[in-house]
Amino acid sequence: MEVTLGPISAIPEGEGRSFQVGAAQIAVFRGRNGGVFATQAECPHKRGPLADGLLGSGTLICPLHSLKFNLITGQAETGDCALETYPARLNDAGLIMVDLRTAP
Amino acid sequence: MAKQKLVVIGNGMAGARAVEEILARGGADQFEITMFGEEPYGNYNRILLSDVLNGSHEAEDIFLNPLAWYEEHGIKLHAGVKVSKILRHAQQVEAEGGLVEHYDRLIIATGSVPFIPVMDGLTLPDGSDKPGVFVFRNLEDCRKITAYAMGKKRGVVIGGGLLGLEAARGLQNFSLDVHVIQRGNAIMGQQLDGPAAAILKKTLEGLGIVVHTNKDTRAIRGHDHVTGLEFKDGTRLGCDLVVIAAGIKANTGLALRAGVAVERGIVVDNHLCTDDPRIFAVGECVQHRGQVYGLVAPLWEQAKVLAARLTGTDTEAAYHGSKVATKLKVMGVEVASMGITEASEEGDEVVQFTEAKKGTYKKLIIRNGRLVGGILLGDIRKAPYLSQAYEQNTPVPEERLSLLFDIGAPSEEASIDSMPSEMQVCNCNGVTKGAILGCVKGGKRSSKAVMESTRAGMGCGACKVLVSQVIDWACGGATDEDPSAHFYVPGVPLTKPELIEAIMALGLKSVSSVFDALAGGTEDPGSKPGLASLLITLWADEYVDERDARFINDRVHANIQKDGTFTVIPQMPGGVTSAADLRRIADVADKYHVPLLKLTGGQRIDLVGVKREDLPNVWRDLGMPSGFAYGKRYRTCKSCIGTEYCRFGLGDSMGLARKVEARFQGLDAPGKLKLATAGCPRNCSEALVKDVGAVAVEGGKWEIYVGGAAGAHVRKGDLLCVVDSHEAVLKLSGRFLQYYRENARYLERTYAFVPRVGIDKIRAVVVEDSERIAERLDQAMQRSVDAYFDPWQEATTPATVNQFAELLPIVQ
Repeated sequence: MEVTLGPISAIPEGEGRSFQVGAAQIAVFRGRNGGVFATQAECPHKRGPLADGLLGSGTLICPLHSLKFNLITGQAETGDCALETYPARLNDAGLIMVDLRTAP
Repeated sequence: MAKQKLVVIGNGMAGARAVEEILARGGADQFEITMFGEEPYGNYNRILLSDVLNGSHEAEDIFLNPLAWYEEHGIKLHAGVKVSKILRHAQQVEAEGGLVEHYDRLIIATGSVPFIPVMDGLTLPDGSDKPGVFVFRNLEDCRKITAYAMGKKRGVVIGGGLLGLEAARGLQNFSLDVHVIQRGNAIMGQQLDGPAAAILKKTLEGLGIVVHTNKDTRAIRGHDHVTGLEFKDGTRLGCDLVVIAAGIKANTGLALRAGVAVERGIVVDNHLCTDDPRIFAVGECVQHRGQVYGLVAPLWEQAKVLAARLTGTDTEAAYHGSKVATKLKVMGVEVASMGITEASEEGDEVVQFTEAKKGTYKKLIIRNGRLVGGILLGDIRKAPYLSQAYEQNTPVPEERLSLLFDIGAPSEEASIDSMPSEMQVCNCNGVTKGAILGCVKGGKRSSKAVMESTRAGMGCGACKVLVSQVIDWACGGATDEDPSAHFYVPGVPLTKPELIEAIMALGLKSVSSVFDALAGGTEDPGSKPGLASLLITLWADEYVDERDARFINDRVHANIQKDGTFTVIPQMPGGVTSAADLRRIADVADKYHVPLLKLTGGQRIDLVGVKREDLPNVWRDLGMPSGFAYGKRYRTCKSCIGTEYCRFGLGDSMGLARKVEARFQGLDAPGKLKLATAGCPRNCSEALVKDVGAVAVEGGKWEIYVGGAAGAHVRKGDLLCVVDSHEAVLKLSGRFLQYYRENARYLERTYAFVPRVGIDKIRAVVVEDSERIAERLDQAMQRSVDAYFDPWQEATTPATVNQFAELLPIVQ
């Protein structure tokens, strides 16, 4: 199920923000080069707020203990845990579209 | 293109290592490789020969590359074939038996041969080997000694150097009565001075080895086999077996006969090239800048450079000689040695400790604040640190005692060898020695790779040195160097000076522009805060602030907690507050249901557990500026009562703290800055363990200490200078801070920076203006001071959209 979350302009460039979608929270990231990524909102390690992390080219560092994740695969580079990731895109109107088929 | 023919003469540690390095750089595609080895097998670890002799290793245990390895890599190996001639004009190598190989490039790695002192009776009258006389250089020698030693009574080793003692240890294995003959008055003269040699001699004698010093052998006695030795002083010693281990000399015969330049070794330039551009040489047979090496570490370095040049993978690669610190075990006695063994220049400083009864001896020679020589015997726990200081020529701490001992350090800092596997090395992330070893065995061989994979050293960072030592130990001393270790941040391949130069030349004022211009547009998230910090230092008010480059704390000007809430700490200069301010803080705490109020270590009040969306309102209601209790920047300046009320006060510490805060508030830096002012030397505000501390002393003067710490690392600051006014304290500490901002690595606190650069150098630059940059540093600091703004003003003028929103509403 693909859902519309809102305009990408609500997220500053290079940062992330969280959205409440039903029972789940989803973190959405806006890359400086136009990429959009969506993941679960909390870090699987110690529940850090991932939207507050440092965003790179397709990677993210959690603000609490600096675990680094690949935003496409969800795999942690430094540990053996992984994030749930969701396919995300912008529609023609600049709205964030996230495919939550795999969401809880 | 057809492959070039590469011929390697010598299949020992140097020759084989050079080939391994060439293969690692894709050399198999460029070269058809042929190797000649005199010994009839693949190559082995010559360092372990004495273990074979003493029976602790089987010969097959010490092989590095079996014959199959050569086949696998398409290398033609002529094992057991001795090269007899190099024909330079024909570019050919001729071996015994008429075998000829053509070469485009030739590597000579013939190593060294035993040095045999002149003496009578060395051979039988017909010139053949005298039964019972041996050298100790290769596996065949080990076999011969083993075969002969059985049932004999007394074995003598001629030569009391490292090799001789190793041989003596081996002979003990055959239940022989073992004697060592030393020509001079001290054993291991290369590594030890007189007193150390005397202590070691005593230790060895306790182990049953008789050491004779000042004995010059005149003849080996016995008509058809060895029966004893005769010395120049006329005395004699009966024995059944003699091992000559009096040293080695470079094996240069082939090169010499071919007309290649040879002095003590084959002369090579910084590219390991001889005076024939087609011929290279590597290892113990080489003389580089007048130096011939007989140890393994320089050989590894040479092999890397040679391979990089030959394969063209790094045309800049150059060998600049090796400074080698050695660590060895002589019959169970641990010895570490580096550089010179005796003070040799006026002004050389000697730090020494002797405990002969325990067999412990430590001696260091310091020249101009740097280590130029050292001997550790018996207790070598400080060896890793000292070796590094010696090899990298870094300044050593003023506190010389700390060079010899870890005073007050936990006793479990014993040698890594004896550390139990389950011992926790990184206490933040709970990583054990065993886990690190496992990671290395799994194929990670650089410090960075192991730390990232195990998370060791990635918490508070206090254990990083120990973690590196354990990794080095697990890699057997051959840790891969991670090139990014020298970069300012891992994501931009430049050192700090190079990066600063590029940033200024290209006028890069934002983090994203640095990634675009210098990292091919790839943004490494971990590199962003370090770049932001540097750009702020360089551009001050011209810096283009991109908030996504900052850690969350610097985006919302508060410190994130484990539950995603934040702490709010208003400015409170010198820890001085008022009843009105306290009332306001209390009211805010009530209004926003702040769960915890806490006094901080920096003499301020912390409102803990504030929700992100409440931050702007909390700041507005407080009506106080940010205390910057987050981020890598100036944090706080503690103070004591000083002259205001204290009956001991000598200087106005509270007034000075207020001025310090007003000047440096919000200042970004490579690491946190915690300052203090103390009104008298009692130091109630702990100014001696701060990044910068000012201590009032009698006579209206202030001492300025820098590089102190009392957190994960404890260090007393170094005295920078003594000045006579508040204004001078501000000026000198500001100049020091600017020098630190421009020269420290990212996240390098002053407690690491000051000893790394050396307080003498810092004092010369900052106080005496030796580099004539004081005025520029002062101006740069003034520019940063002028660029101060209170970020809590963003309560009314947010910097980004939804700056303080935790959860965004869905808008369809």
